[in-house]
Amino acid sequence: MSKKTRSDEMVFRVGTGVFAVFVVLLVAAIGVELWRQSQLSIARFGWQFWQTDTWNPVSGEFGARPFIWGTLYSSILALLVATPIALGIAIYISELAPSWQQRPLVFLTELLAAIPSIVYGIWGMFVLVPFVRQLEIGTPAWMKTIPLFSGPPYGVGMLSAAIILSIMVIPFTSSVAREVLKAVPAAQREGAYALGATRWEAIRMALFYARTGIVGAVMLGFGRALGETMAVTMVIGNTPQMSASLYAPQYTMAAVLANEFTEAAGALYINALIEIGLVLFAMTLIVNTISRAFIWSLGRQTRRAPGGGLRMTSERASAREPRERSGATGVPARERVGGSGGAKPPGKS
Amino acid sequence: MKRMMYCAVGVAALMGATLSAQKVRINGGGATFPYPIYSKWFAEYNKLHPDVEINYQSQGSGFGKTQIVKKTVFFGASDGPMTPDEMTAAPGKILHFPMVLGADVPVYNIPGLKNALQFTGPLLADIFLGKITKWDDPAIKKLNPSVNLPGTDIIVVHRSDGSGTTYIWVDYLSKISPEWKKRVGVSTSVNWPVGVGGKGNEGVSGLVTQTPGSIGYVELIYALQNHISYGSVQNMAGKFVTASIDSVTAAAAAAAKSMPADFRVSITNAPGEGAYPISSFTWLLLYQAPQDKAQAKIMSDFVKWALTDGQKYCKDLGYAPLPQNVVDMEMKALATIKTS
Repeated sequence: MSKKTRSDEMVFRVGTGVFAVFVVLLVAAIGVELWRQSQLSIARFGWQFWQTDTWNPVSGEFGARPFIWGTLYSSILALLVATPIALGIAIYISELAPSWQQRPLVFLTELLAAIPSIVYGIWGMFVLVPFVRQLEIGTPAWMKTIPLFSGPPYGVGMLSAAIILSIMVIPFTSSVAREVLKAVPAAQREGAYALGATRWEAIRMALFYARTGIVGAVMLGFGRALGETMAVTMVIGNTPQMSASLYAPQYTMAAVLANEFTEAAGALYINALIEIGLVLFAMTLIVNTISRAFIWSLGRQTRRAPGGGLRMTSERASAREPRERSGATGVPARERVGGSGGAKPPGKS
Repeated sequence: MKRMMYCAVGVAALMGATLSAQKVRINGGGATFPYPIYSKWFAEYNKLHPDVEINYQSQGSGFGKTQIVKKTVFFGASDGPMTPDEMTAAPGKILHFPMVLGADVPVYNIPGLKNALQFTGPLLADIFLGKITKWDDPAIKKLNPSVNLPGTDIIVVHRSDGSGTTYIWVDYLSKISPEWKKRVGVSTSVNWPVGVGGKGNEGVSGLVTQTPGSIGYVELIYALQNHISYGSVQNMAGKFVTASIDSVTAAAAAAAKSMPADFRVSITNAPGEGAYPISSFTWLLLYQAPQDKAQAKIMSDFVKWALTDGQKYCKDLGYAPLPQNVVDMEMKALATIKTS
């Protein structure tokens, strides 16, 4: 019997190992194929591809600068809007909400992530765009002189795209932020409360402790926003131009791929589009890798300092000395940066 | 015992597969514009010939043209004819067969406007080039003297995705405006001088219906089915023609007189009193001497059916049927396909 269980074990291990390796190979294969199929365009344009603005399929001149601008601009704007909201949601759910509210709130937030992108696009086109157009028409004249708000009120444009992207990014950032906030050890919180910290101070402490994880959550949202296609292409106006104005219709890399790939004929055109795909692939891979690294480093940090050594920099450095005795926790002294376990005098902020 | 069961299931599956292999399956792909009428035809043809199953992948004209050259599909479909370069890249001679007609109409949104506007080709070219920027421009007023045009900006809406609809539109503009031909050119995707891009016919019509002062172009069928009002365009004979199934067929009939033998012709700006100037064929692409003779015979028979009996399904779906003189020419070309 033991021989059979041993061979079953082997099969199980090898089988699941094969699947794991397969996924890695698949991603590598995608990257390699994208690279191979964009050779014509890389050879022809080189770095100029990312420095020219003309996208002309008829004459065969391809410059992708407006697309990378549009992708980065829309994603960063989305981050700026979504991060405070997502963090607010995460903090509320993990720290402040009564337990009967937590589950429904989590469910509803994650429901936002379950809505298909094209549905967001259609909602954007028929609901958000007219609303934004009214907003744009109603901007006071003095604001219109600022380059950020200049241009005719199309409705479609960077502002609509940023709003839709931020709505789509909120569930991802908030759910990861919620998880990292939960990973803050209970001892940290209890220590803070024991020292008389108020609710808000304890939350600030937790946020600081989990800061790498929160950065990771924000970057995860960024990575998501970079690749978002259908929702963006319906509301961004699809015009390859670089403009600082929120009201101007612009273009992103994912949108141009979705729009032009099916009808693209001619090797150079297809190669140029695939080169855009390659860069988008590389960008999202890098951003997601960095975000994961941040999130995992929080886990390591938590395991390394179990409940001891509050790593808070405090203005009240005078409180440092009495705590040196708690070296019994096994945390090396240099890890207690600035403040130490119990940096704050009770009752004061 | 379990092993015997698995074997039995496997054998049964194999038998089922071989039995169903008696059917002939032909694969094709290409343009999205004629997809509704093509699917209707394939379904009706299958009713007449139950052993024939034709699969069509509606992935775009670009797909149709590239895949037939690579021979991953037996037939292709395209809203724009293949260029000479594309044809020389193919391993054999590819024939073009016009199957139905399509047309583009100018749609616009001027709040409070009751009558339809009249346009000329050069006017449309200037609007889409960005040279005419306001609705009360003298050029527009001259063509529409009885209409009260507002002084608002013209917001141009075009297609962001590559499409046969765009091809028809820019083909017409290139013919009547040398500046357009030089600056922009003809393709399924072009570098638009002005305007915002909407995705698909639905994107363009969505933007136009929501944006006061906008103008765009959509497929005639789309405008008819969604009850969008559109303007009339002046044709080569000087008449202002509103697009309709009859005026589109008239354009093809008029162009048939100078039709080249390979049918690779653009029929925009066609001569004739009743012709609508922004019309176009959509073509089926077939090899003249394909390797699979059985499939060649079936496709040849299908095209023959589609060009005769099949045309009666066109009007219900909003496509303009081909005029008889074009069909006669095609039958002759069809006979040259080597089916044995």
